[in-house]
Amino acid sequence: MFILDKLARASLAAALGLAMSAGALAADITGAGATFPYAVYTKWAEAYRAATGNKVNYQAIGSSGGVKQIKAKTVDFGGTDAPLKPEDLVQSGLVQVPTVMGGVTLVMNVPGFKSGGIRLDGPTAADIFRGAVTRWNDPAIARLNPGAKLPDLAITLSHRSDGSGTTYAFTHYLAKQSPAFQREVGAGNTGNWPRNAVGGKGNAGVAANVQKIRGAIGYVDIADALSNKMNFVALRNKAGKYIVPSQQAIADAAAGADFNVKGMAPDLLDQPHPNAWPITTATYVLIYENGSDPAKQKVVVDFLTWSLNNGQKLATQLGFVPLPPNVVKMVEAELKKVK
Amino acid sequence: MSERDASGAVDLHLRQVRRFRLQDSFFHHSTQLFAFVVLATLVGILVSLTIEAWPSLQAFGPSFFWTNVWSVPDDQYGALAAIYGTVVTSVLALLIAVPISFGIAFFLTETCPPWLRRPLGTAVELLAGIPSIVYGIWGLFVFAPLFAEYIQPPLQDWLGDVPVIGGWFAGPPIGVGILTASIVLSLMVIPFIASVMRDVFETVPHVLKESAYGMGCTTWEVVRHIVLPYTRVGVIGGIMLGLGRALGETMAVTFVIGNANRINPSLFEPGTSIASTLANEFGEADPGLHIASLFTLGLVLFVLTFIVLAISRWLISRSVGSEGL
Repeated sequence: MFILDKLARASLAAALGLAMSAGALAADITGAGATFPYAVYTKWAEAYRAATGNKVNYQAIGSSGGVKQIKAKTVDFGGTDAPLKPEDLVQSGLVQVPTVMGGVTLVMNVPGFKSGGIRLDGPTAADIFRGAVTRWNDPAIARLNPGAKLPDLAITLSHRSDGSGTTYAFTHYLAKQSPAFQREVGAGNTGNWPRNAVGGKGNAGVAANVQKIRGAIGYVDIADALSNKMNFVALRNKAGKYIVPSQQAIADAAAGADFNVKGMAPDLLDQPHPNAWPITTATYVLIYENGSDPAKQKVVVDFLTWSLNNGQKLATQLGFVPLPPNVVKMVEAELKKVK
Repeated sequence: MSERDASGAVDLHLRQVRRFRLQDSFFHHSTQLFAFVVLATLVGILVSLTIEAWPSLQAFGPSFFWTNVWSVPDDQYGALAAIYGTVVTSVLALLIAVPISFGIAFFLTETCPPWLRRPLGTAVELLAGIPSIVYGIWGLFVFAPLFAEYIQPPLQDWLGDVPVIGGWFAGPPIGVGILTASIVLSLMVIPFIASVMRDVFETVPHVLKESAYGMGCTTWEVVRHIVLPYTRVGVIGGIMLGLGRALGETMAVTFVIGNANRINPSLFEPGTSIASTLANEFGEADPGLHIASLFTLGLVLFVLTFIVLAISRWLISRSVGSEGL
């Protein structure tokens, strides 16, 4: 017992010595929240650990979970797809910065139509997703696709059955396009979907339903849509162009947005850039302005700054879209507030 | 006991008896404590569920249980669609699973050649060991597309025009829905029911069966008039075990039921169950009425399972009584 105790103390001292020599930044940090950026945060954490030796642990528990956990101070940073309002940030003393961008894409399974083969505009998409347009050869769709041989096939809507930031972005976009959609389905983490709708769990569930059900249309985030090689619907943007979603189209949407607002969460939907994908989103990290543990606060800031400067390529490989360079500078400035 | 040394022996004896009594009482009290832990857990869960569910119970009153609304955006909740989906999928699953399980148990115990008995029995038990998520993934990626392609259209052609029944098979053949969930559930409960049935069928004394055979009974007559009456309690128990599992099954159902928070008359259309609603919505539930209503759903499932248990107890006690056992 005695020897063991001595040994433990000796190794503890040695570990401490090592940690000291590695520099001032030495702490393991924990974050929790949105599932959407989970893949990229984990990759960044891995690379950051290889570079600095600091361990970052991120738990994908969902956006509202992330907000709850950071407010309860059980984690060092929270992740959320739905940004907190400026007054909420002030009240709770939190700093909010975007980390990476993505987009919600419309995917379909219509026999004979390849990716981009069917065009929709916002109001028609809203009518489809509130159950007012229920067949693929409906005049409302035919009007936007002159010359296309649309099949007489029932439309099956594929939506997320679990509460989700993807649904949040998608329903907010459609609600902006159509007051009827806002009234009937509503905008939020979940919706009151019409009768021809099928719910799938997670992006993977929605993707599977769209791929298996003939006549299905659904929404999944771009990273999942690209990795599943799904057929996109081309959507008309604010400039009047039909856009097939791509990482470039999301980057273009971000380029025109003004991030210089409290909370750094401008409305990215329906941006005016001619090549902008209309349903562009960002995901955010929340951290206390004055934290209880300065060492950990420092590591969080360091991790984010490091990742935004060194992790862009990793993000792109995973199907995400990096923040524009000027926004990265703004995030760095904002993170200076954190103590 | 020897009585060689009267005073000393009595003393020793008394001490020993005291020690035994102490041991017994210690044993009694510690096992009692363990048993009460179960009771305390049960009551604790019930109380905490009720406390968490209280805001929703207060806001919607008893009408929560028969209101067919589940709308997160409007903050309006009612349990009817989830209760309907839970009960319908479980009952349908049993309707499919009980005859098949009976067939399996019948074959394994009565007519199976001995060399096949072992591998078949093991296969049934292995089926019970597959995690439910695997059933869900298989159901969504393999079964549902096949079902939509080869089973739903012929069923609709065949029964679509029959009044009443036709309505059960209406709607586009999309593969996922109430009926798919019921079929996947039935596959999951078959091994439970079948293995219980097999085990209780094997408890029938050979002399009973042999005398029936001796009187010239067929195998079916032996099973119908000797085996089934003898094992009724065990068979009911096995079926209730399956029902209990079907009611609470979460992941597999979430994958294939279609997750639509409403009641559709057609079995081909998507629905929801209590467990799948909880699995879907708990992670991102808004504080307030939403989360309270989810807790109320949990309470409903708790009570539903309790009722099933009570009914099975009653059935068992009734059949035991009528047998005069």
